[in-house]
Order: sequence, then C-alpha cells, then structure tokens
Amino acid sequence: MTWPALGQLAIFVAMLVAITRPLGAYMAAVYSGKRTFLSPALSPLERAIYRACGINPAIEQTWTSYAAATLLFGLVNFALFYVLLRLQGFLPWNPQGFGTARAPAGSLPVTPDLAFNTAVSFMTNTSWQSYPGEMTLGYFAQMAGVGVQSFTSAAAGMAVAVALIRGFIRERTGFVGNFWADMTRSAVYVLLPISFVGALFLCSQGVIQCLRPYLQVATVEGAAQTLPMGPVASQESIKLLSSDGGGFFNANSAHPFENPTPLTNLLEMLLMLAVPAGMTYTFGRMVNDRRQGWTLFAVMLALFGAGALAVTWSEQAGNPILSAAGVEHRPGLGQAGGNMEGKETRFGVGASALFSVVSTASADGAVNSSHDSFTPAGGLVQLFNLTTGEVIFGGVGTGLVSMLFMVVVTVFIAGLLVGRTPEYLGKKVEAKEMKMVMLSLVATSGVVLVLAGAAFLMRFDRGSYWNPTPALTENLTNHGAHGLSELLYANASAAATNGSAFGGLNANTPWFNLTLGLAMLVGRFLVIVPALAIAGCLTRKKRLAVTGGTMPTYGWLFGGLLVGTIVLVTALTFLPALALGPIAEHYLMHLGIPVR
Amino acid sequence: MKQLMIAVRATLVLALVTGVAYPLLVTGLSQLIFPHQANGSLAPVHGKIVGSELIGQRFTKPQYFHGRPSAAGNDGYDAIAPGGGASNYGPTNQKLVDRVQADMKTFRAENPTFTGPVPADLLTTSGSGLDPDISPASAEAQAGRVASARGMTVEAVRQLIAAHTQGRQFGILGEPRVNVLELNLALDQAAGAK
Amino acid sequence: MMATTATPPTSNDVTSIVPKKGARARPLFDPPIVKRAVGDSFLKLNPRLMMKNPVMFVVEVGALMTTILAVRDFAAGAAIAGFTFQITLWLWFTVLFANFAEAMAEGRGKAQADTLRKTKTETTARRVRNGSAEIVAATQLRSGDVVIVQLGETIPGDGDVIEGIASVDESAITGESAPVIRESGGDRSAVTGGTKVLSDWIRVKITSNPGETFLDRMIALVEGAERQKTPNEIALNIVIAGLTLVFLLAVVTLYPFAVYSVAASGSGTAPSVTVLISLLVCLIPTTIGGLLSAIGIAGMDRVMQHNVLAMSGKAVEAAGDVNTLLLDKTGTITLGNRQAVEFIPVGGVGESELADAAQLSSLADETPEGRSIVVLAKQRYNIRGREVAEHEAHFIPFTAQTRMSGVDLDGRRIRKGATDSVVEFVHEHGGTVPTELMDVTDRISRSGGTPLVVADRERALGVVHLKDVVKGGMRERFEQLRAMGIRTIMITGDNPLTAAAIAAEAGTDDFLAQATPKDKMDLIKKEQAGGRLVAMTGDGTNDAPALAQADVGLAMNTGTMAAKEAGNMVDLDSNPTKLIEVVAIGKQLLMTRGALTTFSIANDIAKYFAILPAMFMTTYPVMSKLNIMGLHSPTSAVLAAVIFNALIIIVLIPLALRGVKYRPMNAGALLRRNLLIYGVGGVIAPFPGIWAIDRLLGLLGLA
Repeated sequence: MTWPALGQLAIFVAMLVAITRPLGAYMAAVYSGKRTFLSPALSPLERAIYRACGINPAIEQTWTSYAAATLLFGLVNFALFYVLLRLQGFLPWNPQGFGTARAPAGSLPVTPDLAFNTAVSFMTNTSWQSYPGEMTLGYFAQMAGVGVQSFTSAAAGMAVAVALIRGFIRERTGFVGNFWADMTRSAVYVLLPISFVGALFLCSQGVIQCLRPYLQVATVEGAAQTLPMGPVASQESIKLLSSDGGGFFNANSAHPFENPTPLTNLLEMLLMLAVPAGMTYTFGRMVNDRRQGWTLFAVMLALFGAGALAVTWSEQAGNPILSAAGVEHRPGLGQAGGNMEGKETRFGVGASALFSVVSTASADGAVNSSHDSFTPAGGLVQLFNLTTGEVIFGGVGTGLVSMLFMVVVTVFIAGLLVGRTPEYLGKKVEAKEMKMVMLSLVATSGVVLVLAGAAFLMRFDRGSYWNPTPALTENLTNHGAHGLSELLYANASAAATNGSAFGGLNANTPWFNLTLGLAMLVGRFLVIVPALAIAGCLTRKKRLAVTGGTMPTYGWLFGGLLVGTIVLVTALTFLPALALGPIAEHYLMHLGIPVR
Repeated sequence: MKQLMIAVRATLVLALVTGVAYPLLVTGLSQLIFPHQANGSLAPVHGKIVGSELIGQRFTKPQYFHGRPSAAGNDGYDAIAPGGGASNYGPTNQKLVDRVQADMKTFRAENPTFTGPVPADLLTTSGSGLDPDISPASAEAQAGRVASARGMTVEAVRQLIAAHTQGRQFGILGEPRVNVLELNLALDQAAGAK
Repeated sequence: MMATTATPPTSNDVTSIVPKKGARARPLFDPPIVKRAVGDSFLKLNPRLMMKNPVMFVVEVGALMTTILAVRDFAAGAAIAGFTFQITLWLWFTVLFANFAEAMAEGRGKAQADTLRKTKTETTARRVRNGSAEIVAATQLRSGDVVIVQLGETIPGDGDVIEGIASVDESAITGESAPVIRESGGDRSAVTGGTKVLSDWIRVKITSNPGETFLDRMIALVEGAERQKTPNEIALNIVIAGLTLVFLLAVVTLYPFAVYSVAASGSGTAPSVTVLISLLVCLIPTTIGGLLSAIGIAGMDRVMQHNVLAMSGKAVEAAGDVNTLLLDKTGTITLGNRQAVEFIPVGGVGESELADAAQLSSLADETPEGRSIVVLAKQRYNIRGREVAEHEAHFIPFTAQTRMSGVDLDGRRIRKGATDSVVEFVHEHGGTVPTELMDVTDRISRSGGTPLVVADRERALGVVHLKDVVKGGMRERFEQLRAMGIRTIMITGDNPLTAAAIAAEAGTDDFLAQATPKDKMDLIKKEQAGGRLVAMTGDGTNDAPALAQADVGLAMNTGTMAAKEAGNMVDLDSNPTKLIEVVAIGKQLLMTRGALTTFSIANDIAKYFAILPAMFMTTYPVMSKLNIMGLHSPTSAVLAAVIFNALIIIVLIPLALRGVKYRPMNAGALLRRNLLIYGVGGVIAPFPGIWAIDRLLGLLGLA
C-alpha cells in the first residue's frame, strides 16, 4: 500500500459520499413525479416520448403486468440488437465495412451464436463481449446497438428497483407503478443528462468522438499503425453510468482512447457507482426513513472498502515469482512497482486495483487492466465480489434489489432471534417473499456452479459446432488453479450480469456463447421477476407500526449482521470452488511454483 | 397485446433518441469544442501524422526510448489486433516467467550501462497493449543507451526526460509517467535543431 | 343466598413474566416417553414421512448411498471400508437423532393426551326431559339436553349451569386440584365435561356434541398428529430447503472442479462419493432441519402446560408479535370483587335509610358487589334480609347500557348504579341532586374506589363506596411488558376518575373508562388501523365480537361458549393475566427457531475448515495450511465433522424442547445477546468439538 493509493481511495470514497445524497434525492423526486431543476428542459422530451409510444403514465400496473412490460421490453430490445448485429453490413456509418465483403483482414464475423450472446448480454445489462469491438462492429452498431442497449437495460433495471421500493411504501393496493413511465423517467432525467455531461468532459480529456474511418499512419520508426476511430466518448459515459460496461474497444477502459488520464479514470469509477449509491438514498427517502438507506450504503461501502484495500495491498506486493526472477516490484524510485502485468503505466497498481473492485462490485464489468493477470488474492476479491450477487452497490437498480434480498434473509433470521415473526419496514416477511428470495439466490448461485462444472466435464468431437477443441479447458490461456479461476470467473460474471472477464478464456465459441447467454438471462430475470413478485405481495400488505419490540434495521448491529450474512452465504456457497482456484493458486505462487 | 406495441414503439423511439440523436449531438459538440481530442490527439511532425499522443507505438532502434512490451498483435502496439491487447497471463503461468526472463536478457544486452534492478513496467505488458507511457525509472534505465546512441550527454537526455515527465494528476491521482512518443519526438527535434 | 366466591388460581409468581413450569409440566426425559421415542425414531425412517422434511430427507438418501458404498467396499476388501462403514453409521444416526427429537416432542404430547383420555371414561348422565330424569350414557347426550349432576358425580359434557351452584374439581382439565365454584347466572356458568362435582348440585344445559368437547380438542391438539405447520414454520422451511439446494449444487459441482485440479496438478485423487456426501450432510442445516418440528410441537406443549388451549400454532406466534394488550380491570388487574365498605348518605338522609334502600335494590343482585352490599347493610345496620315476595317487588336487572339496577316496590322506585345514570334518573323524575353528592362521588373516585349512587325516584339518597384492590406484582409485570415494547391498556366500566386512579396505581400505559362493548371494539380497530397487533381477554357473550376482532383473543374457560368460540385461545385457569405468559411463550417459540437456525448455519464455517483440507491435501499439499484444527488425517477429519454434526442434534434437543431462555428486553438488546450466544457461539463451538472428536478417534484407532 502506498500513500497515494490510499489517498486515491479516500478521495474516491469522499466524492462518492458527496454525490450520493443529491443524486439520490433528485431520483426520489423524479420517480415520485415531482418537478426538478431539469424539468423545464427535459419534461417536453418525456412527454414527447409518451405521445410517440402511446404511454399513459397515470395507469397503475399490478406486478404481473409490470413484469410482462419489463420482459417484453427486453425481448424487443434483444430482437432489435440481434438484427442490427447480423445486418450491420447494410447500415450506415460503417467505414471499415464490417459485416460486408470488404471487411478488413482479421475482423470478426458476427455469427448467429455471437449475435445471440452479444444481444442477450447487453439487453441483460451485462455487456459480456466475446468479440473485440474495433474489429467487429461499425459505428452505427456501436451507437444504435451497444449504446442504446446500455440506456434501455439500465432504465429497465432502475424501474424495477423503484417498483420494489413502492412495495414498502404502499399498502393494501397491489399496484406497483407504471413500468413505461418509470423506465422513461430513468432514461430522460437521469441517464441522458449525466451521460451527456460526462461525455463532453471525457472528450475534453482525450476520449475520441468522431465518425471518420480508421486512420493509417506511419510511425516514427516507419512501421504501419492503424488507429481506430469512433464515437467513443458518448458511449463511454453511458457504458459506465448504466453499469452495462461494454467498451467500444476490446481493451475497454485500459484503452487510451477510452480512458486517457487518471482524472478520466476517477470520473469513470464515479460514474459506475453513482446511480447504485444514489439509489440507496432514494430508497431511504422514499420509505421516509433515511437511516435505512444510509445503513445499506454503509454496508456496501464497508464491503467495497475492505475489497479495495485487499486488492491494492496484494497487487502492490507484486508477483513473488517475477520478483525472484529479478523484476523490481518495490514502489518509489520513479516507478509504480507491484504487479504491473496487464496494467497501464498511467494508472499503476493503485488506480487499477481500485477500478477492478469498483467494476466487479458494481456489476458494471468495465476494466482498466487485465483481470486475468492480477495476483490470486486480487482475483479472489474480484471473484468474491461477483459471487455475492452484485450487492456491493451492484448494477443500477438491480444492485439495490439484490441487496434488499439479502436484507430480507437477514431480517428473517434476526427477526426470529428477537422473538417476532420477521418484518421489514413495517411489512411482514412471510413464506411467499422467502420463496421468491430463495428462488433467486438458488438460481443465480446454482447457474454459476452448474455451468462451470459442466464446462469441465463436456467433451466434444473434434471439429464439432460447439467448440473447436474437444475439451473446453483447452480454451484457457492459463492452466492449473488459475485456469479454474478463469472458467469460474466467466460464469460468475455472466450470472452477476457483470461482464468483465479473465480475458484468457476464449469464449467466442457456440458453447460459451450459448451457456453464458443463458447464465446472463438467469442472472437478470431471476432477480427482476422475483423482485416484482415480492413488490406485488408487499403492496397488498398492511403496514405495521414500529414499537420498542421491533428489531431495528439500521445502525451498527444490523449493519454488521447484514455484512456477516452476505459474506457467510457467499463464502459457504463458493468456498470449494474458490479453494481450488484462487486460494490454491495463492499458496502455490508463494511457494514459487509456476504452472505450464 | 397492447404492451407489446408499446414495447416496440418505446424501443424504436429510445433507439432514435439515445442511439442516433444523443451520439450525433455529442459528436457535433465535441468536434466543435474539442477537435484535437475528439479526433484522436494526433501528433503531427512536419505536417505528417506519425501517430496519436495517446496510443503507444513500437520503438526498437537504440536511439529511441523503447516502450513497454506489448501483446497486441504479433509485433506489439497493433491497435486493431484481433486477439486483443493483453497477454492474459496469470501470475503463476510459466509462459509469463519465460517471457520476462527472455525480455530481461534482451534488456541487459541492450542497456549494458544500467546495472540496477529492472523496473516492473519495462518487463510487463500493459492491459491494452497500447500503453503510450513508461515510468520515469524505466526512462532513466534507458537513458544511458539513448545518450550514447545519439552522442548526447546523459545529463541532456535526463533533462529531456524530466521535461516530458508527467507527475501524478493533482499530485495524487495515477502515477508519474513519461510519454514515449513525445520524448522521442523531442529527442529528434533536439537532434534536428542542432 | 349467601355466596362466597373463590378467587381464580393465579400464577405462582406474578412479578416475572418469564414462563415458569405450568401446572402439568413433566420432567424432560421421562423414561417411558424416551423408550417410545426410540422406537418411533425407526418408524419415522419411512421415506414417505421423511420427504416432508427436505433437509433430513437428503441426509437419508445420502445414508442409503453410503450404505451401498460400504457394502461394496467391504466386498472388495478395500482399506477404506472401515471409514465408509463408520460414515454410514453416523449418517444413519443423524437421521435417527432428528427423528428422535421429533418423537420425543410428540411423545410428551401423547403422554398428555393419554392422561386426558383417562378422564373420558364411561360416564353416565342423568338427563332431564319433560320433568322426568333418565340415566343415559354420556355419549348419547346432544347439545341442548339438560342434565342434573349431583355430589360426587362427573359432569358428562361441556355446558352452562342453568340452575344451582356447586364446588367443582377441574383438576382433570386444569391440573389444579383447588376446587372452583360454578354457578348459574353471571360469568362463571360454564362447565367442562370430565370435571367432578364436589358439593351441592347443579342443573346443566349441554352445549356440545360428543367428540367436540373441549377435552376432545385438547387431546387432538397435544397429540400433534394433525398438526398444521404455521406460516412462519413454512417460511423457515423454505429458507432451509433453499440453502440445502444451494449446498447440494456446491458439493455436486465440486467433483468436476476436483477432477480438473487433480489432472492439472498431477497428483492426488478426486474426493470419493462418500466424502462428498459427508461434506454435503455437514453443510446443510441439519441441526435446525432436525429440530424444527420438535420446537414447534414442544412450543404448543408448553402452551398447554400453562393451561392455555390454543386453537392453532399461528395464534401462539401471533401472541409473540402483539404490540398492545387490552386488560380488563376487574379480575385481571384488580382482585375480582369490589366490596362495599361504607354507606355515605347525602341531603340529610339517614344512614340506615340509605342502607335499607341499597339493600333492597341488591336483593336480587347476583353479583358479588350486590351481595357485599346486602352483607354490609346487615352487618352495620342490622337490616335483615327480607322476604320480598310479599311486597310485589319488581326487580330491575343491571344492563351494560343503563348501568343501573334496582327494584320497584310499594310505589318506590329504588335505583343504584353509575353516578351519571342515577343522576339522570333523578332528573327524569323532576328531582335535583345536592352538590355534596358530586363531592362525595369525586372523593371516592379519586381515591380509586367506585361510587354507587342510590336514589328513590326524585330523591338522591346517598353513595355506596365500593373498593377495588389491585393485585400484587402488576406494576412489575407492566414494566417488563413496556421493556418488550408492549403497550398495556386497562378496560373498565368505571368512570374516568376511578379508572385513572387505578391505572396509575397499577402502572398501565393507558386506560379506557366507562367502556361499553362498542367502545372496546372501536379501541381495537383504532389500534389495528395504526398498524398494531392487539391482544385481549374476555368471557362474556358481549366480548365475542371484540375477541374475534382482536389479533389474539384469550377467552376465559368459565366464560360463555360464544366467547370461547370467538377467541383463538382459551385459558382453562380463567386467569386473564395468563395473556402475558402466552406472549412470552410465543416469543420464546420464535426465538428458539431463530437461535437454532443461526447456530446451524454458523457451524458450517468450522466444517469447511475440517473437510476442505482433508479433501484436497493430496491434490495441493499446500492446502494443509487450511487445516487450522490440526486434524490428524483426512479420514479422521471428515469422520469427526460428521460425528459432531450428528451429536450436536442430541445435545440441542433439551434446548429445543425447553425453549430458549426468554428475558424481557428491548429488541436491540435481545438481538445482541442472541447473536453473541448462538451466532458467535455457533461459529466457535464446532472447532473444539471437532478437534476433540478427532483426538478421540485417533486414540481409539478408528480413523
């Protein structure tokens, strides 16, 4: 740990805390339909959208029609993006000619399974990319495909969170809100303005934004270099804000055109956590008890902080195998030191470690370094963040939802411990709610384990459609314990709708495209639909009074219990896999044993 | 159903607003206000573009500072490499150890006057494969070779390095770094000026 | 008629609301019950029964699989056979221990039921029809029949006393041997079948058909055979079933990971199926899975031990959630009967004239207050009881609406009752009330007494001072309830001044004075609208709607049938303060569930530290760093964990049956305390346990 690294963490946390309240309050006002300072500019747009789509924002929906709306919206978005991907050869703003006969050598064709995987990936707010953007997609596909999906999937996720919050506020109705209104408001009042300002700021720092074709240059030494171009800044800001995380380029936020300076790095991290953090305050404000919101924020911050410190410390300690080979890993003397494999010089170990924790905690999945090259302890924290099920801030909307699921589990046990049938915010927690929560937990954890296990067991014929090699383990770049981590990470990332990867896994084969696509669908919709079902149940219940016998769901004791529950449930489920992956690798690395 | 129709319309309308109007608006404004950055922070030398300030490029000749190793493409620093820019080697991968040892040998051979420990960034690849920077220590390690290749004093070279060293942003963000392209262009300019 | 009324039996210790052993508590491990339970444990191995408990069913399936593996290993003469055999043995023990816990709980209930059944012997009844009596079997009685029960005879069925008064031994039902008075009229008219008349005789109208008596219901309840899972239990079952599924997936997918790791590291072997099953059984929450039903049954049993008949487990859980308690003043907070202590005449009326009028109006009064007036008049003023028939007296009975009673005779219209009612009566007859009357009633009220104003037509004669006595220990109990976050409200028909004084003396949070049945109902609805759960006690028919409206309604056994049907619990001791005990038992039941669930899950940490290094030491020798307990071999580690997992169930059976110790504290303090004991304790406890078992196994050379 170096002082600047600690300082960066402190600054980041301070800024996050500073924006949570104003953003959260703003969102609370937006979702309650109140006027805000941006209303004069944006409500005409909102109304225009309603008119163009035939939306009546005053109609209240039950949870089933809200869920139907969410699913249909996802389906149509998936269809649109799939068509766009397969037909991008016919679309404008494609100067390199991807998807046509004049596509450059080495470009990647968008096969049906890749299109499926990519479309599912962005529609579920995951942004898992089995393709390198600069060699696969034209500008229109990026703008109107990737960019649009980032907006729409984020807006949908935020709407679902608001519906769940309404479950705690309303009583004896059964109506959870209007999906179309919530979704549109998210997009118009939150996502668009912040993206817009963010995009311009990023561009001022060096993020490119143009539509010209790739530039061929002759380098100083006379070699040929092709510089990719594109409307990156506009996409970069929504990529982070939406917690989708799909980079314009393959290197994502490690690419200098996406993330040129440490300042843009700081802004990008803030964008990733802004809405998830703000939503905790929105939650507290809407249920009229701000302590509840701050408790959730504090729990998330504690888990995040612990992870950030652990990864930074581990990366700074460096790779003992390389140190033994003579590589200098000590900081100071003009170098960042530490484990620099896969990291950018301008970020060094501190900012890369921090970014990786922000990204794996928040279900965003953007990377400014190669996660595959992190030390085992660093990888362990990243994997752990993924397997908690995006509760540490998590994705926009779905992060709050997942955290509330864990709160429900905690409240259930703790409520019994104080001799009361469990209740949260005045609503009784009964069999139906527990059924939905357990369904979600079992499905999202189970799909990771089952698909990862299956990947180790499957054997194909050589040349089969599903995978070019008979064993899927041959798609791994690293073997041994790290290889297990690579495969586990891919599935965990998909199920958590994160989208980052240990890049060494070649996942662009039909097996992975399809199974990871399935994992993403489970990870997204088996969180959203149970959440809406719970919202529907809750809105029908009576709201009970708070008395001296009610267990307090705010404060240190409950917060500590919540942290313990999250850690315990995750650890107990994934400890065997983690033991054979990063934990074993950690011990092996310290013994100085490399793997062929 | 009615909801399906709304879904279709909403998708198309939002696609138009967020996928066409929004990026085009941002493109227009950025081209207007920040044209240099928006178009790639290109580095012109005598009117010819030799690359981007932000994108690293391959330097192998002894009179230039070399950048970090790069796994982007077969020769490194290939910005459109289909395999991506990172090595993705885990810390326990034998291939990583082999590569680092080989690079170490090459470095020692190329820089016989530098006897200190080799800085980490000079033996490791970056995540993007296009890292334009190296650490000040890495520049210092190569100063001897560059100076003798150009017939300059090491002091003069060090001065140039210091002039092109960017410190941490606001004193705390990121790491101090030296932009290799800028430094090499400055070297060429100093040589050309003579 | 003179009457003495025995006060209903109260709890032995009124200062603490921690439930003590009820009247019919039995020792925890009664030898005959244990024997029967052991046998039942084996009977419960039937898969169809086990399927109802997903956690233990998984263990049973695992045990079956390891049995097959053990046989196979023995046949092959493998060295591992001894290990497999021991694992199999302990897995079966795990299932049996869980069954034993449930069987013990059921057995205790069955023993209770057997005792009750003994009282249902062939009773005969003397049925009266059309003026003639006939002896019939008790089973032939139907609702509506009238029977006469005499000294030494057993009351043949549930009913209401319509004539007579007798001393009744209700020990068969309540376990209390002190006899109680049952009499016609008033609130003590209900009798239960199976009880014995000890003195005098009574005429009883039967109100239930055979098979539907309270005795039958009690038997069904404690037998637990038709026990329905309460909503909270169902929810908890879902949680532990979900966890079981997650752990099942984690263990099953461990195999491909292990195979890969073995291939990658080039050494070791993948864990065997036996070891995988052992890991699974250790991880899934077998402690709470095995004890959950026992906790529920034992909880209901404890309720019964306190002589409360709960209609369902849900009612008991609801009691644990109660926020507001409505308690009647008379008989609950105060000793049942007010006594007349003085006659205070006003307006120049003579004391004996007042006493005479008071006594006249109380002659037909069946209430203890009325009788005490008659007694006082006789004692102080030597006014004897008179034959009223010769005077053509017309008695006006007391009604809740008029709040007056009296007599019309010889042209006089004597009324006594609540101050405002009688004052209005006087005004109606054109009279005026002297101001000193209001002074007197105020004085009496403020002192905590009840004034009864006596008037004759337009003349206010004076006031009878009735005194109320607050029961001992009530203040302390209300303090404890307040600490638990429960609000107490005293309900009384008294006027506000009296009510305020008594409420202050007793220490309740609030009171409702001059309460009519409608007022009670409105209060309950108001509390419920405010999101609070309300509990109340009652006995009269006019209490029935309120009892039904309340979230927890405790009816007195001596109350009317209507009240008993409306409420969801019946107190056989007819002690309204029993409500407080029921609240504590409800909370205790929920706490026991929570404590054992927490403990069960917390245990898993130690088990991972035991089994994971054991599984992977051969593949990655460096994994032995995780063996922090220093277990001496992979087989002993796994076996020790499995044995601990099984034994912990037995160790915790007493806790499950007795319930966690409940202390009245606020929620925060309770949470802290229970988390420390069962959460932190659950994390720590298995470490020394597994270590010790491992050492023992090593010593005995078993693994």
